[in-house]
Amino acid sequence: MLSRNYKEKTIEWTLFSVSVLTVVVLFLICLFLFRDGLLVFRDTSLMDFLTGKFWYPTSVNRQFGLLPLFFGSLIVTAGAIIFAVPLGIAAAIYISEIADPRIADFLKPFIEILAGIPSVVFGFFGLVVLVPIIQNNFNLPTGQTALTGSIMLGIMALPTIITISEDAISSVPSTLEQGSLALGATKWQTIYKVIVPAALSGISAAVMLGIGRAIGETMTLMMVTGNTAVIPSFPGGFLASVRTMTATIALEMGEVPQGSTHFHALFAVGSVLFIITFLINLIADSIKKRYQFKVD
Amino acid sequence: MELNADVKESDHKATRVQGGLNFRLNAKTSEKIAFAFLGLSVLIVVGFVLVILAYIVYNGYNAINIGFLTEMPRLMMTQGGIYPAIVGTLYLIIGSMTVALPVGVMVAIYLNEYAGETRTTWLIEMAINNLAGTPSVVFGLFGLALFVKYFGFGPSLLSSSLTLSLLILPVIIRATEEALLTVPKEYRESSLALGVSKWQTIRHVVLPAAIPGIVTGSVLSIGRVAGETAPILFTGVAYFLPRLPDSVYSQFMALPYHLFVLATAGTNIAKTRSIQYGTALVLLIIVLGLNLVAVLIRRHYRKKLKV
Repeated sequence: MLSRNYKEKTIEWTLFSVSVLTVVVLFLICLFLFRDGLLVFRDTSLMDFLTGKFWYPTSVNRQFGLLPLFFGSLIVTAGAIIFAVPLGIAAAIYISEIADPRIADFLKPFIEILAGIPSVVFGFFGLVVLVPIIQNNFNLPTGQTALTGSIMLGIMALPTIITISEDAISSVPSTLEQGSLALGATKWQTIYKVIVPAALSGISAAVMLGIGRAIGETMTLMMVTGNTAVIPSFPGGFLASVRTMTATIALEMGEVPQGSTHFHALFAVGSVLFIITFLINLIADSIKKRYQFKVD
Repeated sequence: MELNADVKESDHKATRVQGGLNFRLNAKTSEKIAFAFLGLSVLIVVGFVLVILAYIVYNGYNAINIGFLTEMPRLMMTQGGIYPAIVGTLYLIIGSMTVALPVGVMVAIYLNEYAGETRTTWLIEMAINNLAGTPSVVFGLFGLALFVKYFGFGPSLLSSSLTLSLLILPVIIRATEEALLTVPKEYRESSLALGVSKWQTIRHVVLPAAIPGIVTGSVLSIGRVAGETAPILFTGVAYFLPRLPDSVYSQFMALPYHLFVLATAGTNIAKTRSIQYGTALVLLIIVLGLNLVAVLIRRHYRKKLKV
């Protein structure tokens, strides 16, 4: 009996140790990103990095200003969210509330397919199809613009927004819906006055996670946005080429000497990216928690 | 009459009977319009999927033949096949799954069967959520700093596989947790009541019942490994290699990076268009094929559960 207990304890302890490994990995990511990232401040001040308007990593008078990259990510993500959020929420409402269950079962695999397509294939499609369309329609010297990136990114963020909104909408208790219908409200009135407000926090979490997905996307944007590190104007910047934080890392890391200031600057950009997505995840998580409590 | 809150002033001015009638008609009409818009948005989403798939299939299927799948690239990659890229992707799948699958399943078992509501559990859950939301290019940086540099594995199959295994760990944990949750409590209780120990119960009763869900999660994460580019960019993928990798310390070619290079930086982008479409199609077939397998497994076992 004693040896059996001993074995059980050993197994539980092993499983626990392996689980703690996930925390260790997250900690190591912070440590290694920040350690190499902070070294950039031997050559550039924190203020110059955070508020610098120019990213000239290789010129004689080199400058490592984050702003063009930050606003590049911001404009592309904002453009994507503007059309992906309404479209995604509308599709989620249709699938979970209106469509016949059999039709919903037929529609869901399409969203899974969309989620499964690799980002490099999205980028390739954007490059050969969307880039020429944008170039011709707006008479631009190049079709590789923030708008092109926004459209591709919006399509890629759709599965996240749809799936999580749909979960939130379906988990609204049916008694609420029945009560509203019994009072004589139409199905549509019930949806926008009862169901959507009740699912609002879950839908907000979906939007947050969609934003997180969009900010972190790399390959697609690298292929369709043209990668010019200039602070975009608004709204004209949508038709100009931009460079996101993710694309900067992916483009330049292959060519920099390890241990150089440029190398550390890229790690600093990565650290900023990590902090942003970390905060977005925390917010989405806390919104979701509150909403679960409410339904109980 | 509380529901009339959104009826406009003008409706109240009409006679009572007609006002009521108007309200119902308006509500019905607005419902029709709203539903039409909602339906349209679903059509747009489905349209995106169909257009992208159709475009790649239509342009890619001509490029694919036995030679394309089994030959080395030739003449600065403007001719020949994509064999080394397929093999490289296959090695990445094997390498990352070898690490992520056992670790992921163990973490899920701990969280679902052992963990209480402690601070440590909260911390583990939070870490998994954040790993799931961390951008893939950040994993690439981390892999470069830890595996390539700090551990000295260099740019290699090993560094890339380990980096990718961290990326898919949350997917496997979530899928396994979900699968464990669907195993009825009675299974555990009856086994424990027979005097079977907790671990033996998990090992021989709970896990076998959860296998379909675990397989589904694994298949999905294999698709993820096959399609990811950013994490392998600085951890070992090569632009062009004339031979296959011969050890875990070798560099390698991979399908998604091959497509990226040909489409953006190849020696002659226009000349290799057909190879690009072919590579995109092969990649899509692998990834979506795996997704399909996952869906089928899930459907099969869901039906079984219902019966």
